[in-house]
Amino acid sequence: MQRNNIEIRVCMGTGGVASGGAEVLAAFRQEVAASGIAASVKEHCSTHQVGCRGLCAKDVLVDVAIDGEKVTYQFIKPDMVPRIVKEHLLENKPVDEWRVGEDYERFGRKQIKVVLADCGRIDPEEIDAYIAIGGYESSRDVLLNWYPEEVVTEIKQSGLRGRGGAGFPTGLKWELGKKAPDDIKYIICNADEGDPGAFMDRAVIEGNPHSVIEGMIIGAYAICAHHGYVYIRAEYPLAVERLKRALDQARERGFLGNRLFGSNFDFDIKVKLGAGAFVCGEETALIASIEGQRGMPRPKPPFPVNKGLWQRPTVINNVETLANIPTIIRKGCGWYTSYGTEKSRGTKVFALTGKIKNPGLIEVPMGITLREIVEEIGGGIAGGKALKAVQTGGPSGGCIPASMLDLNVDYESLAKVGSIVGSGGMIVLDEDNCMVNMAQYFVKFTQEESCGKCVPCRVGTKRLLEILERITKGQGREDDIERLETLSGGIRNMSLCGLGQTAPNPVLSTIKYFREEYEAHIRDKKCPSKTCKALLTYSIDEKLCKACGACLRACPAGAITGEKKVPHKIDQAKCIKCGSCYDVCKFKSVMRD
Amino acid sequence: MAGLAAIFGSGAMTNSIREIEGMEIIFIIGSNTKETHPVIANCMIKAYRKGAKIIVADPRRVPMVKFAEVFLKLRPGTDIALLNGMAHVIVKEGLQNDEFIREKTEGFDAWKSSLEEFTPAKTEQITGIPKADIIKAAKMYGRSRKAGVFYTMGITQHTCGTDNVRTIANLATLTGNIGREFTGVNPLRGQNNVQGASDAACLPNVFPGYQKVDLPEVRRKFEQAWGVPLPPKRGLYATEMMTAAVDGSLKALYIMGENPVITDPNQHHTIKALENLEFLVVQDIFMTETACHAHVVLPAACSFEKEGTFSNTERRVQRVRRAVSPPGDARDDLSIIMDLSRAMGYPMDYRSPEQVLEEFGRLWPALAGITYDRIKSRGIAWPCPSKEHPGTEFLYKDGFAKKIPFMPIAFNPPAEGVCENYPFVLTTGRNLFQYHSGSMSRRVEAIEKHAGEAYIELNPADGEKIGIANGDMVRVRSRRGDVTIRARFTRRISAGTVFIPMHYREAAANVLTNDALDPDVMIPEFKVCAVDILPMEKMAAEKPRPA
Amino acid sequence: MVSLTINNKKVSVPEDSTILEAANRNGIKVPTLCHHPQLTPFGGCRLCVVSVKGMPKPVASCTTTVSEGMEVATSTPEIENFRKLVLELILSDHPNDCMTCEATGSCALQELAYAYGVKGQEYAGERRVYAKRDGNPFIERDMEKCILCGRCVKVCDEVQGVEAIDFTYRGFRSKICPSYEDDLDCEFCGQCVSVCPTGALTGKQWARKGRYEGVREVDTTCPYCGTGCTLTAHVKGNEIVRVSSKPWSPNEGWLCVKGRFGYKFVNSPDRLTKPLIRRASGEFEETSWTAALEYTAAWFKKIREQHGADAIGGLSSARCTNEENYLFQKFIRAGVGTNNVDHCARL
Repeated sequence: MQRNNIEIRVCMGTGGVASGGAEVLAAFRQEVAASGIAASVKEHCSTHQVGCRGLCAKDVLVDVAIDGEKVTYQFIKPDMVPRIVKEHLLENKPVDEWRVGEDYERFGRKQIKVVLADCGRIDPEEIDAYIAIGGYESSRDVLLNWYPEEVVTEIKQSGLRGRGGAGFPTGLKWELGKKAPDDIKYIICNADEGDPGAFMDRAVIEGNPHSVIEGMIIGAYAICAHHGYVYIRAEYPLAVERLKRALDQARERGFLGNRLFGSNFDFDIKVKLGAGAFVCGEETALIASIEGQRGMPRPKPPFPVNKGLWQRPTVINNVETLANIPTIIRKGCGWYTSYGTEKSRGTKVFALTGKIKNPGLIEVPMGITLREIVEEIGGGIAGGKALKAVQTGGPSGGCIPASMLDLNVDYESLAKVGSIVGSGGMIVLDEDNCMVNMAQYFVKFTQEESCGKCVPCRVGTKRLLEILERITKGQGREDDIERLETLSGGIRNMSLCGLGQTAPNPVLSTIKYFREEYEAHIRDKKCPSKTCKALLTYSIDEKLCKACGACLRACPAGAITGEKKVPHKIDQAKCIKCGSCYDVCKFKSVMRD
Repeated sequence: MAGLAAIFGSGAMTNSIREIEGMEIIFIIGSNTKETHPVIANCMIKAYRKGAKIIVADPRRVPMVKFAEVFLKLRPGTDIALLNGMAHVIVKEGLQNDEFIREKTEGFDAWKSSLEEFTPAKTEQITGIPKADIIKAAKMYGRSRKAGVFYTMGITQHTCGTDNVRTIANLATLTGNIGREFTGVNPLRGQNNVQGASDAACLPNVFPGYQKVDLPEVRRKFEQAWGVPLPPKRGLYATEMMTAAVDGSLKALYIMGENPVITDPNQHHTIKALENLEFLVVQDIFMTETACHAHVVLPAACSFEKEGTFSNTERRVQRVRRAVSPPGDARDDLSIIMDLSRAMGYPMDYRSPEQVLEEFGRLWPALAGITYDRIKSRGIAWPCPSKEHPGTEFLYKDGFAKKIPFMPIAFNPPAEGVCENYPFVLTTGRNLFQYHSGSMSRRVEAIEKHAGEAYIELNPADGEKIGIANGDMVRVRSRRGDVTIRARFTRRISAGTVFIPMHYREAAANVLTNDALDPDVMIPEFKVCAVDILPMEKMAAEKPRPA
Repeated sequence: MVSLTINNKKVSVPEDSTILEAANRNGIKVPTLCHHPQLTPFGGCRLCVVSVKGMPKPVASCTTTVSEGMEVATSTPEIENFRKLVLELILSDHPNDCMTCEATGSCALQELAYAYGVKGQEYAGERRVYAKRDGNPFIERDMEKCILCGRCVKVCDEVQGVEAIDFTYRGFRSKICPSYEDDLDCEFCGQCVSVCPTGALTGKQWARKGRYEGVREVDTTCPYCGTGCTLTAHVKGNEIVRVSSKPWSPNEGWLCVKGRFGYKFVNSPDRLTKPLIRRASGEFEETSWTAALEYTAAWFKKIREQHGADAIGGLSSARCTNEENYLFQKFIRAGVGTNNVDHCARL
């Protein structure tokens, strides 16, 4: 049997690594070597790591492509590798039972991949892999053949808007940056992704770091900046490592440093690690942090584009925004505008999480409906429960109730219903999710991440949290909803920066759409979704109890008493409401109320 | 200050404190401004925030270095070489102010040739400062026309103190950085009313307002005003008085608010002088180390207990007001002097301190326009010749009385060099918390708690060489005496140089210092003397060496 | 100059003025806690928010610069409600122990709470509790009273150049303190104390000496270095209880550790209170002024007769006033008859 080209690609994003990707990769290398294939097909057999392809729920994902004919396996563990090598590689019989299913294909069907196009396809640690797919051609072309104004115009016409959350038109930002009169300017890539559960930027840097670097080169050229920074969280060790490696490789090739691509343009990039502060995603706080100050926002104006880093004009773009640039340049703004809506062009990456069957990283055209995302890409709700709401925009965003599932996902539509696109967090909530509890979760997050500078955010969110806490503990007061609304209005209007101004959104949007849940907590002291522990009572229905002792053994608090053939009882004073008894009872005799 | 007066006409700061924030270049030499004049340092920081560049020249890495563009860490006593070296660079680079030199100065060419030898390389060799830094500093100062120089005792307390001042003046003259707003030469006064005490002529050679005692027409004016014949020749400087007391020619001394036992060099000599006096009267607010040697001690009021004026370092005459009454029978100095004078047969009757200032103003036009009413809420800087005059922020706006002379100054090493027996250079000074002899600040509980112990600063490398640990007690010895003191290791001082603050009577720096004097103005060389440092146990075991 | 209207009043102010400056310049009061005219704007307390026509939200007047034709309203029912809310929030995390607080009478927070009738009950909740007190001898830091206005942090950096303190921690736990929560070890200039709008920072030696009731303020000149800072002695009875400095003084209200905290020598038990004459035994003996001065005059006269006036010398002091120094040298020259007079200018 003559085989010319075997390629094995093991997913090695953070998700892949966490599921044992490194071990799987090693196993493949070992097995392939032992099998003798490598010798027989020589350089045509490659085993390499690739970045995240999105469906992390099914990691470790492995592609085996023989002469271009690709089979994708899911949930691969090292001990499964010998069989794949033996049957698939040697005998050309793919192991069908381990192949991805129909939902893998469906996961990809509605997606349009621009930013993520090459994540999961190329080796992120090898610059040649990027060059091989046309990488650095856009920047070379721009630096040698374009005027900066032309770059600005192209990006303006593409309609690209900042993917960090606020959606400010990127071309306009560059134009302002270009016009700012100063010899020294900076371009900063904001890779301080802080929303809980969001990992879009991490995946891009881990999967295709050169696309971000190339975007920065083009941006720097457009605004005439010679110094760039990537501000990235230290909690992303793999992304940092790959980014630094990519920068070194780019520098070696002359894509960074002096006289890039033989042009007269000098540009280089430094990496600055953040200390894991959510507020440092805010531009002025990020700048303060790079300057060595505590990351605290300052009032705008002046905007960074006029007075930013070290008081110089500074353009700050988010990772995803920059990663779009090389493709827009290569394929033209006309191609880009063919995706999305009139005001929200192109695609957006979301981290789809929550009670969804197929959580993962997705890239969809702007304007797609929530229903398409949840039901088609995400495969619907896990465990056959009912969808309750979709939370977008993380701690700054809001909840969209299930009744609005046909809403288009774009900047304007989401804003209209009280939420935001944000940086791309998307959490699917089902009937078991308590909306008060969810609001409390996000407010706790913003409160803990408040920089402490302004009163409404520092103290206001603390009081907001305290009120939510007492509601979920069954100590809510009659006028607490009103108090929440007043306080939220104050925080929204009076806070210094976006963190505080948007902090009440999870509260306000849940009150707006799920007011009755708040009322149930406050008036009836009940949590309709049975989430808030303090409001639950576990009891055993004597008629149904078979006295099997399972709950008694499972109870960590020793709250259950009972003997053989005698129905068991829960001592409410000892019960810690962990729900273990409820989970283990086969006879549904444990009641939760 | 006399050095400056001889060159420009007056010995005071030529700028006001306010002007600091408008300067482009601030050149601080021999002044630990942040610790000795903290609020002036704040003005410098304000200028820095506005973009001014700061040059610091000091043997120690003083706190202002944090804000310095260039730090010139020179060997103690090599200021002349540094300043001549900078002038050398400025001339070589053609950065001098030719117009100013042509119109306002004399002796440029002769002086210029005296700079020849001070090449950056030679200057580096003498001062220990890398020549690139010397060149950088020279260019910064030379290019600016809004550059102020600030100095204190680090410049003046040397045997060559006057020459140091002259070289600073040469540098300012070379670049024309004098006589305009935001540029000048500024000696910062160490004590609250040094300026006023000098203006009032507590000086042996002049009458109030720097009017020379040996000029007959001047003397006639004062004889007329004071109604008695006045002695025609200059009297003794403070340091000379001590010598005269030792040799017996001075028999009686009246000390008002001074503590020479702590503040004069060579303490043993000072005590010997005081003990040798037939009669010593000390007027003070505390039983000072000096008062202990007195025959009569007179209790005085402190500044919070009396009315009057102080003149600060920028010549601003400001009000002092009575906030509380003096304790017990203590009285303000004015009434004591008046009573004593009456008892001596020379009655002086003033109904208020303001009357005294009025008389002072009649005899010295610079103060003529200053009344208590005018300085009610804000002081006025002299010269203020009339009641309508707003006062003078910076001097020489209308030019100089005569052409400014360039004076060639040769570099000579300090009087006392290091040797095998005394291998360390001791330099003395002040710290932030204590003040002068400590008679006031050491009686403030909080200050004493925080900074109540004497210490010697030395480089850790020297500490290791001596065989001591940080915080150990050591014996410091010079040709004049020895003190026991705690060692404080710090990298802000270079190896070979050590520093002791002057404030602590129990380990008085002035037990060690050299009383060699600047021949022009009789300032002792506090800033350089040679000492040895020994660990305590070693000291006990060894026999004393001959001095 | 830029023209705008504030509360329907047409005003004209220099370009780059903030709305707050424009309002203050025209006699319109806008409440604020974090703003200090000598420091860069901070924008943290949010009390100075005003309504600007065309702006969707209230803007902080301390950080927003004026523009031509701007229409500003400094006090609308909505704005006042927001201010009240902010004050409620601040007071909800404040000890409210004005009865024993050193700052009572000069506390900006107290004044605003009074003006707005806010008690801090509406959002009562957890309060920060700090057990540890700073061991330094100069500055009392009661961080429970701190409202995190940031003035101390700014003055320490911008004016003093020391950067001894900064914001630490996050969220509700945010706290201003030295690095690693160490005790304060700085220049102790007390600039932070002077700009603190509450009782969070006070002088340790001020404690329970007297607040602002019945305290006289006397402006005088600092007795320490030659800078000649104007300072204000706060006097109760015959005791200096505190020293401050006014912002319009030549030293702009800034002092150093000696000027601000070094006044305690005045009340030292070591002060000389009686003239003393040394007796034959070598001991000092208390005496009357008349006796002491006659004794002194007699000695001077005797020496002058026996050895001439030049056998007498006088050392005056840079610590004494101009008037005293003038009189001293006049006494030595005219009363004694010698030019042997000097002072410690060079030491």
